[in-house]
Amino acid sequence: MAEKLLEIKNLKQYFNEGKPNMVKAVDDISFDIYRGETLGLVGESGCGKSTTGRTIIRLYEATGGQVLFNGKDVHGKKSKKDLKEFNRKMQMIFQDPYASLNPRMKVVDIIAEGIDIHGLAKTKKERMDKVYSLLETVGLNREHANRYPHEFSGGQRQRLGIARALAVEPDFIIADEPISALDVSIQAQVVNLMRKLQKEKGLTYLFIAHDLSMVKYISDRIGVMYFGKLVELAPSNVLYEKPLHPYTQSLLSAIPLPDPDYERTRTRKTYNPAVHHYAAGEEVKMREVAPGHWVYCSEKEFTHYQANY
Amino acid sequence: MERLLDVQNLHVSFDTHAGEVKAVRGVDFHLRKGETLAIVGESGSGKSVTTKALMRLIPNPPGRIKEGKMLFEGKDLVKISEKEMEKLRGKEISMIFQDPMTSLNPTMTVGKQIMEPLLKHQKMKKEAARKRAIELLALVGLPNPEARMKQYPHQFSGGQRQRVVIAIALACNPKILIADEPTTALDVTIQAQILELMKELQKKIETSIIFITHDLGVVANVADRVAVMYGGQIVETGTVDEIFYDPRHPYTWGLLSSMPSLDTEEGIALQAIPGTPPDLLNPPKGDAFALRSSYAMKIDFEQEPPVYQVSPTHFVKSWLLHPDAPAVEPPVNVRQTQRTMPQNFDKPVLVGGGR
Repeated sequence: MAEKLLEIKNLKQYFNEGKPNMVKAVDDISFDIYRGETLGLVGESGCGKSTTGRTIIRLYEATGGQVLFNGKDVHGKKSKKDLKEFNRKMQMIFQDPYASLNPRMKVVDIIAEGIDIHGLAKTKKERMDKVYSLLETVGLNREHANRYPHEFSGGQRQRLGIARALAVEPDFIIADEPISALDVSIQAQVVNLMRKLQKEKGLTYLFIAHDLSMVKYISDRIGVMYFGKLVELAPSNVLYEKPLHPYTQSLLSAIPLPDPDYERTRTRKTYNPAVHHYAAGEEVKMREVAPGHWVYCSEKEFTHYQANY
Repeated sequence: MERLLDVQNLHVSFDTHAGEVKAVRGVDFHLRKGETLAIVGESGSGKSVTTKALMRLIPNPPGRIKEGKMLFEGKDLVKISEKEMEKLRGKEISMIFQDPMTSLNPTMTVGKQIMEPLLKHQKMKKEAARKRAIELLALVGLPNPEARMKQYPHQFSGGQRQRVVIAIALACNPKILIADEPTTALDVTIQAQILELMKELQKKIETSIIFITHDLGVVANVADRVAVMYGGQIVETGTVDEIFYDPRHPYTWGLLSSMPSLDTEEGIALQAIPGTPPDLLNPPKGDAFALRSSYAMKIDFEQEPPVYQVSPTHFVKSWLLHPDAPAVEPPVNVRQTQRTMPQNFDKPVLVGGGR
């Protein structure tokens, strides 16, 4: 398989560590992201998927574990120069296009902020040219450069968020629920744009979402999270055809599809963590049941999954 | 079946500094006893304004109901006084809002909030109301209802809060329940539970539901009939099967094919609807969807299309059904699931509208 762009090893993110109200938001998860792919991360709210994304890009300091980006550790002490380089290579698109753009800045300054910080444009003209071409890349036009965010609709603002992320020519973009706040017809526009840009610029995405049908459509591989743990990781069509972990099964059975006949017969499975009957001291970890298909399970479940695959 | 609610030619406008925003422009629909009508459309299509008008919750000024009738059991809700409306609101017609975080009062216990409509509308004694409130909490599936009564909204999760909101809405056994995107803010698993709960309760107390959503999966799950709104008008209405398996309006086609189904193949681009919804300050002449439609004909930019009837229950507002219109093929995704409905007439029948 392709080269690893990002390796996440035993990542932990605990809030209020050591206090009685400690929350293990991300609890010892490991996975790799390959160059040029889209990895989807799904789960219910509060399962830690957004925290995972934010910890990877170092918005939070990790409690434990490592994030290797191009073989280099993201966390830990770094020189200003290293940090700047890292910040340029990894960018984020946020969920709420209303809250993530500074209402007092003009579009041109929002998009060019990263260009200025990293000194990517030598002259004023070059800076403007870059902003114009970015606006056109995301399907807006150059007249928009002198406007303020409130003059744009939700879908257009999300395009501005994408343009801002692209301004510093990153390799890797974390998209945290980029389409949840948008209308259906606009969602498709933004998803198509993200795919087009991925093809043109060879971008790698971590796509965090709870809309499972959109995630399947955009992702090459999908990871399912539950209570801070990664419970299953597989190529997207495999995950939908052969979900192994009971939680994944229950999640998939809960999605309503736009097909009345299917809806009349769909039965929903519920997940009860007690079904596992894990004995004390039993080692539960990610195991590769089939090539590329990882499930969080015990040794006993593993043999069972493999026998029935 | 009798029509519990009959909305005829409803127009709602807002007077703003920039001019008159025509949010709802001539909407007709009806609701029968015990059925679920789903209204779908993008934000700004007028679906929430329509239902707020039903509850007479449009602030005036700037909003006003310009024209039309809303007959509820023979009474015109447009004409009755605010006092009479207060008697109906929350009792005969009640509403569930989108955001369970903001629709509950954070300074009142949940118990008090459920008892409020009981004391006010049913004139119950306090003790009786308390008992009924506990019953309601149990009915919506909250464990340990007695203890929960004394708690405040912040002590509940999102799904639990939505259950409380449903309990309040159902307190007086309303005849019509309006649910404005009740599950949009919730996770899929919680959404599934809430939808199941609503269906179960509907069976028990025979409420009619108007369900507003933009999630077509949810529509397929809950609806008996569907109305598709665009630019302040209903462009297509029919039974749930007719809308999903035999859609006729280009906007409905667009909606259906802009969502990936679980078996949309990779590599196929989604059929996004280009552009943005129309500006209702100056609604476009002719067909409001023409500007974004690849099926638009010359007449779509000149004259508003009339309504054609395809089957006893299926109505479409589009020039494409005119006998002289060229035959067109819907997009691939729609063709894949298309089938002929047994009730269809031989030819679409012109039933009116169109100016």
